[in-house]
Amino acid sequence: MIEVHNISKWFGEGHARTCAVRDASFSVAHGEMLYIVGPSGSGKTTLLSIISGILRPDSGSVTVNGVDIWNLDSNALADFRLRTVGFVFQDYHLFPRLSALENVAIPLVLRRERWEKGLEAAHLALEAVGLASREGLSPKKLSGGEQQRVAIARAIVAAPDLLIFDEPTASLDGDTGKKIVTFVRDNILSGQRAIIIVTHDERIYEFASRILRMEDGQMTGEQEKIP
Amino acid sequence: MKGLFLLALKLLLGDRGKFATLVIGISFAVFLMMQMTSMFFGIIQHSAANIINIGARMWVMDPAIRTPLNSIPMPSYILDAVRSIPGVEYAEPLYMGAGLVHLEDGTYQPVTIIGLDDATLMGRPNLVAGNVLDIYRTNAFFVVKDGNYAKLGNPGIGATFEINDHRGIIAGIAQVPLGGLFGIPTLYTTYTRATEDLPPTRYSISYILVQPKRSQDIPEIEEQVRKLGYLALTNQGFIRRNDRFYEFQTAMGINILIMTLISFIVGLSIAGETFYMFVLDNLERFGALKAIGARGSDLIRMIVFQALVVGFLGYGLGVLFSSALIGFSRLRIPNYAAVINYQNLLLAFAMVLVISVISSYIGIRRVIRIDPFDVFRS
Repeated sequence: MIEVHNISKWFGEGHARTCAVRDASFSVAHGEMLYIVGPSGSGKTTLLSIISGILRPDSGSVTVNGVDIWNLDSNALADFRLRTVGFVFQDYHLFPRLSALENVAIPLVLRRERWEKGLEAAHLALEAVGLASREGLSPKKLSGGEQQRVAIARAIVAAPDLLIFDEPTASLDGDTGKKIVTFVRDNILSGQRAIIIVTHDERIYEFASRILRMEDGQMTGEQEKIP
Repeated sequence: MKGLFLLALKLLLGDRGKFATLVIGISFAVFLMMQMTSMFFGIIQHSAANIINIGARMWVMDPAIRTPLNSIPMPSYILDAVRSIPGVEYAEPLYMGAGLVHLEDGTYQPVTIIGLDDATLMGRPNLVAGNVLDIYRTNAFFVVKDGNYAKLGNPGIGATFEINDHRGIIAGIAQVPLGGLFGIPTLYTTYTRATEDLPPTRYSISYILVQPKRSQDIPEIEEQVRKLGYLALTNQGFIRRNDRFYEFQTAMGINILIMTLISFIVGLSIAGETFYMFVLDNLERFGALKAIGARGSDLIRMIVFQALVVGFLGYGLGVLFSSALIGFSRLRIPNYAAVINYQNLLLAFAMVLVISVISSYIGIRRVIRIDPFDVFRS
């Protein structure tokens, strides 16, 4: 269970000081696929960074499985991200000089798992996203959709409780985007895991469990799903 | 931890261009540093060739002497005084001077003449041809077969020559551990003949070679000789005194030091800049690792490991190229005075470590400052 309570975040100093997120509060339960939607600059990515333990808020709290993550020191926070959160970045951030398999094994390597064991788990994760046959290829040789699936495999390889997707369909065509999100809902979402997706792609709204709308840094309420 | 280093290695090797530039840059710097320091140590070692070749435990000399090539003759009563010091097993005179050999083709060749005590031949070289007793034959000399041997026309046993207007005959061919620094052939003969053949001076003893009874007697011998107004040094002490002369009283030491520092700066510049570029190119990836959950210490370990890998590889290749060149040069140039010893290996290694540490520090400073939030914003 993730509870976000009165989160606010400001950037800049003096006259340039702007509020990116103001008093945001909501909760996400395991088994839920929550969308945070809104126009560019509405504070979605900032909020996502705060929830995932990357960006410290100016006020408020984020509680994940009963732990207030912003009371953790920097090492504990890094461990939290490593063990509890799986990230799928907008630009994937895959390592072009590693194979798809090695890219997927990275979170396990950071968890001090043996290299060989990491590769075995990575193989299973790639199998889960249907890319086992392409595991030896560099990300540069994969299509956009395949790269996205490698990024998903990397996010799920360490079996995190919370998956964070930042604009997962931004660099994909409509069909591929829908296929990816369908795949995530049907295969990755589970009763032990929550997924938060930040997007402004209305074509994938239909897959959400709930949709929260943000505008000018404020949560403006839940949005109806478009059937 | 092994996985983390393997990941770091794969990232490093993946960027082949930068990896090659880093390794070549450090190899080049190590090569230059090794050449400079090898030359320096070689010159210093060869300058002490006479001390090493004669191999006496202790040497008594005029206190003004800094290097064995500049001997100052001592009166013969000093020899008697040294022999009377308790703790001296025996002490014998040694003559060391320069002579001029008139070659068959009419040219002259300067030589170093070493006159050994007639009774004991203390400090004599090993013979590879001839009999040691032949040194007592009329006009007999032993010639040292080293890189300078050919300058005397490769004389065999029985060959005759003219030295300082006296007749000389080669009675034996000797080998010594180390050739001299200045490319001058060396002839050994008896003390008496050496002092007869060379222009006479008031005093004729260049050095007194001393064999102490026990090692514990050395300080007392040194003190007693000091009271006579002369200087007694152990073999190693004389070598150190000679080393210090070349290091600090000639421009050689400072010049080599400057060249070594320039090599170090060249290596540091190439490695530092390339490594920084490598880190910059991978900054986004390091940011992603940080976002995923890598600790700052993990990233530091990875970067230090990468810097050490290129450092050690560069060091190995640099030493290899340097050794190959020195080995090849020695085959071609017998007097080539460069030596690789543990000192210059350690010095180059230490400098490579410094290059690696500085290069990684530059990278680490940048990586530690990455905000993983930028990965989201990208």
